[in-house]
Amino acid sequence: MVEGIQSPAQATYWLISGRTLFLVIHLLGLACFAYIIARRLTPLLRGESDFRFDRPWLRLGRVFKFWLGQWRHPRYKTAGIMHILIFAGFVLLATRAFSLVLGISDSLVMPGAIGHLYDIVKDYAATIVFLCMVIAAARRLVFKPARYAVPARYGKPHTADAIFLLALIALLMVADSVFAASKAAFQTRLGQPVEFLAVLSLPWMWKSVFLSVPLSTLQQLHLGGFLAHDLTFFFLLCYRPFGIQFHVETSLFTVFFAKLDRGTLKPVRWGVPDEHLDQVKSFGVKTFEDFTWKHMLDFYSCADCGRCSDNCPANAVGRPLSPRFLTIKARDYAFQHYPMFGNSGNGKALIGSVYSEDEIWSCTTCGACEEECPLLVEYIDKIVDLRRGMVDEGNVPQSLQKPLKALESRGNPYGKMEKKKADWAKAKEFQQTCDVKILDGKNGADTLYFVDSITSYDDRMQAIGRATAKILDHVGANFGILGATEKDSGHEVRRFGEETLFMALRDHNVEAIKESGVQRIVTADPHAYNALKHDYQDVPPVEHISQVIASEVKTGKIRFNPVDNNNVYTYHDPCYLGRHNQIYDDPRDVLDAIPGLKRVEMTRSRDRSFCCGGGGLMLFYEPKEDQRIGVKRVQMAAESGANVIVTACPFCMVNIEDAIKVAGLEGKMTAIDLTELVDQQIAREIPKECETAVLGG
Amino acid sequence: MEILVCARRVPDTSENEIELNSAGNDIERDDLVYSINEWDNYAVEEALQIVARVGGNVTVVTVGGEDDEEILRREMAMGANHGVLISDDAFRGSDGRGLATILAVFVRKGPYDLILTGVQAEDGGAQVGGMLAALLDYPFASLVNSVEVLDGKLKVSREIAGGNKEINEIDLPCVLSIQTGINEPRYVGMRGIRQVASIPIPTPSASDLGIDPATVGQAAAKVKRVDYFVPALGKGAEMLQGSREENIDKLLELVAAKGGLK
Amino acid sequence: MARIFAYIVHKVGVADDSATELVAAAKKIDPAASPTAIVTGCGADLDAVCSTLRSSYSEVWKIAHETLAYPNAELIRKALVKVLPQGSILLVAHEHFGIDLAPGLSIKLNSTFVSDVLVIEGVDGVTLRVVRQEFGGQVSTHVRCDISSGAVITVRPGAFKPLESAPASGSVVDKSSEIGVLVARRRYLETVVAEAGDVDITKHSVLVSIGRGIQEKDNVAIAQELADALGAAVSCSRPVVDAKWLEKSRQVGTSGKTVKPKVYLACGISGAFQHLAGIKGNPFIVAINKNPKAPIFQVADVGIVDDLLEFLPEFTNKVREMRTVSAK
Repeated sequence: MVEGIQSPAQATYWLISGRTLFLVIHLLGLACFAYIIARRLTPLLRGESDFRFDRPWLRLGRVFKFWLGQWRHPRYKTAGIMHILIFAGFVLLATRAFSLVLGISDSLVMPGAIGHLYDIVKDYAATIVFLCMVIAAARRLVFKPARYAVPARYGKPHTADAIFLLALIALLMVADSVFAASKAAFQTRLGQPVEFLAVLSLPWMWKSVFLSVPLSTLQQLHLGGFLAHDLTFFFLLCYRPFGIQFHVETSLFTVFFAKLDRGTLKPVRWGVPDEHLDQVKSFGVKTFEDFTWKHMLDFYSCADCGRCSDNCPANAVGRPLSPRFLTIKARDYAFQHYPMFGNSGNGKALIGSVYSEDEIWSCTTCGACEEECPLLVEYIDKIVDLRRGMVDEGNVPQSLQKPLKALESRGNPYGKMEKKKADWAKAKEFQQTCDVKILDGKNGADTLYFVDSITSYDDRMQAIGRATAKILDHVGANFGILGATEKDSGHEVRRFGEETLFMALRDHNVEAIKESGVQRIVTADPHAYNALKHDYQDVPPVEHISQVIASEVKTGKIRFNPVDNNNVYTYHDPCYLGRHNQIYDDPRDVLDAIPGLKRVEMTRSRDRSFCCGGGGLMLFYEPKEDQRIGVKRVQMAAESGANVIVTACPFCMVNIEDAIKVAGLEGKMTAIDLTELVDQQIAREIPKECETAVLGG
Repeated sequence: MEILVCARRVPDTSENEIELNSAGNDIERDDLVYSINEWDNYAVEEALQIVARVGGNVTVVTVGGEDDEEILRREMAMGANHGVLISDDAFRGSDGRGLATILAVFVRKGPYDLILTGVQAEDGGAQVGGMLAALLDYPFASLVNSVEVLDGKLKVSREIAGGNKEINEIDLPCVLSIQTGINEPRYVGMRGIRQVASIPIPTPSASDLGIDPATVGQAAAKVKRVDYFVPALGKGAEMLQGSREENIDKLLELVAAKGGLK
Repeated sequence: MARIFAYIVHKVGVADDSATELVAAAKKIDPAASPTAIVTGCGADLDAVCSTLRSSYSEVWKIAHETLAYPNAELIRKALVKVLPQGSILLVAHEHFGIDLAPGLSIKLNSTFVSDVLVIEGVDGVTLRVVRQEFGGQVSTHVRCDISSGAVITVRPGAFKPLESAPASGSVVDKSSEIGVLVARRRYLETVVAEAGDVDITKHSVLVSIGRGIQEKDNVAIAQELADALGAAVSCSRPVVDAKWLEKSRQVGTSGKTVKPKVYLACGISGAFQHLAGIKGNPFIVAINKNPKAPIFQVADVGIVDDLLEFLPEFTNKVREMRTVSAK
């Protein structure tokens, strides 16, 4: 009698019919999964509101790019490519898995050629996923990339959990292929028509092994393979929400709901306009429940890949901050306080238990972590929300209280007199060549040069102000400054969590800007640029001076004398010009327009630029760190072979010049602002009178 | 414990350049930024921390005018339960003793177990706390840099020479003058101040308190500031006016001559 | 003219430096005055102090009592109220004891309190003219005080130079029996001695001392490098300790250490008197400060207006250079 192989549905497992058994397993599995997800959603429902439903088409497009397209994964080659393969394998195998577990059919019913093609593809997919699991396990156990390590202060290593999950996925692949291979071997042995197995795929290899196995064993392997696949599948489904693999379920949503606008900050409360903020009882995040639902979703979605912390400058110099653990600790908190059974939540303060104060103040808001995260997890908004919570409680380091108070009473963090704000423009030699108008109602102009505090008051940075004014003058801009009326842009005030003070500074400046009647704003300070562009509303369009220079180079209004030295220049991207505002090319174009200027790139440049150490209030904060962030950056510049660092931000200048001294590179390395370099190299036309004189003579 | 903190509003030295006016008889008061006297801010924080440990209320009081209300609001935003502005034209020009007299009357009318002041004010002379204690006949400790509450008394530490600490036991009620560095005062932002903006602040006058105007104010003051002046600059110092290089050479020479190079 | 007294603080049998300074101050009030010293305490230490004071005061009032073994301002106030004649003028040094004693004493004596006096210009009738400082020494002020009912005056340590000539052996008058029973509501328990730091700044003859002008913790290294080059130690003013940039043991001043170096480089130190009071022995003081109006320039021997963070490294290099040259 020639009989076909018995399918799991037809078979009897321990006196229970396969159909019944699997139906029970599936229903139980799905019920468990639904329950677990419902519990996991509990904190999200208690979380703060978050407005993430605008621009759905844009969001969908980003799902295609970042989720389906795995856009950011190849930034880390090995892990990235492997993830793309595994992800592709999962997507391909999902169809089969669903057909297996739902239909309990022994093979996918796809019409004709497509079905055959799919069968081949899925065989290879399973094989590749299996191989990836082996490689991934080897990486975790043997090669151990540094970014996976868990510093002692953050708890135990995550290796065991990772290996367990890799093993489960591998088991899934093995079970599936044994299931297919045993059937094929069975049919081959009986000379029945055999489903084609892709050459060198996992099922193909099993099949060649199974050809010598007795038929009864093959039948058992077939049924056993199915059962194993089925149980593993549901176990994984219900186990993933307890660990890093939860991102398989949540990532799609995280990417869809991800923040769309760079450089912006979330409002204190979504849906509460500024004028009603006084009625909000508590500012910022104090307890876990103060996070928005999206931020909680971020915690679930983190895949523990460590890329954020690998790029974090604070983490690199040993400050007590690691974005990865900012997330992991919050997730651990959520898992612990929102358990599967029993009461959930306790409303305990996060600062002092989950997070330390220093941890939260350590962030420079450079955005390197967010730039890197394959799942677009947000950090800056969370850090700022935690800081808002601390500020609201009065929990602010003494080193920051003085500048904040000075900002409140004097409008600048240094406590300098308002009437001295325009002193930088009154330097004698400078005033003779360039008279800067003060827009105080008597004078008008089209363009406002927004100077901001550091450039106005810091002796060294005033040179940047004068260079900027001379450039604007050279291109014939009708510009002026606000002088004593200009207060600090408040960019860092806001990012340090002092929203109310920020609003006061902003409102004051907005009014002053409107009163001045200008049509555009130019600034040489990327922090001011970002504030004016993203934190302020209803002000004229703002440009960074590097944009102005770049466009005037194109128009030919700015031409350069060649450099007559052998310096090697490198451009350091300020975070608030580069990552937060995507201005990478303008400064480089300007540098490349200077004849004879040799320029090299640092390994970490453009969107992977390494922060200088942070601006604004960060200059006052005294972090716990092993070394200065700026020193690391200066060393990177030295490694690139450069001896001049060009930057386009006064805060970068402070940090880099300091770091050059600390690193002992004085005399070997210098720093210069783009405006200073341009001012030096600019080819100034011969004044008209002289021209006439020459012609006349 | 009911704690009263006596505070004053003064020009903030960290945010002002204290200069003489053109007449040369007062400091330039245009563009001055005022805030709570730094020592008093530490005193309020200490009061709040004591109350957090043992319960009670903190009241902040100042003698002054309308402008001085802002420091009371700031300290209330910090957590003080009440603010009181003792205000009367008769109080103008009071010297230290006058201020202590006014405050003593106020203390006697209240339920206060502990009175804190700052060690000194930017423009004062470390006097009001000690005088107030004597007027009330309460024990007093100055330069206090830690406070521990015991039963009916306190254990306080005073800052004395050489960085040493003098530990004392002091019976309640008492007056302490608080030294900076005793704690880390919490931050108060505009938001906090706005939240207490509408809380009424009582402003008792001389007659409300039953103070004889003749005992306070300009008339009763035995100590009077006549003017401000800046002593001649560099009276003792020989200022090196050369380039940095020249200054360094000259300084090196001088230091070596004085035995500064071992 | 009212009788002038000087309360003398002492420790382990040694009178405070203010003992001779207060004589000078008394002479400024009344050139003809022959001030009387008052000392309290007990035992041999007190006797030792009395005999020292006899060289500068014509009369020394001794108040001996066991309860006064440790100078408790409350008890001493009560004792002084008992012994001082009405309308007396009492001088005491403006430091931790004087601050504790003087304001309350003035109330109990119903006399005028004059705090932290730098200069005594003289007396016109019942008006005492003095100079005080305000705003951390940034400005000075002329003050007029009505001393018709006596005065308690705290005198800034170091402000009055001791006089050359002093009266020879004065007499000691024992006033112990006049004070009656003293009960205090503030009781001295113990003194906690500051932890010794890694460096004893009192033993160094050259100090590179830094103040708020050093701006941040990392810049302390700049001062340390200069100190290393000079063979000196780094000391500091109070704000540096408050900011936790250096240990308390490095602080010079009334609440810190008293130092007697040969050379004192005050870098970014504004020169508040609390700091200056910790510098003794008339060292050669160099002041380097960005602010030309810093009070430190008034007491320094040499002043340089420059940016510390640039000046110091260059100075350090020069010192090193000189060392290598002289080594050859």
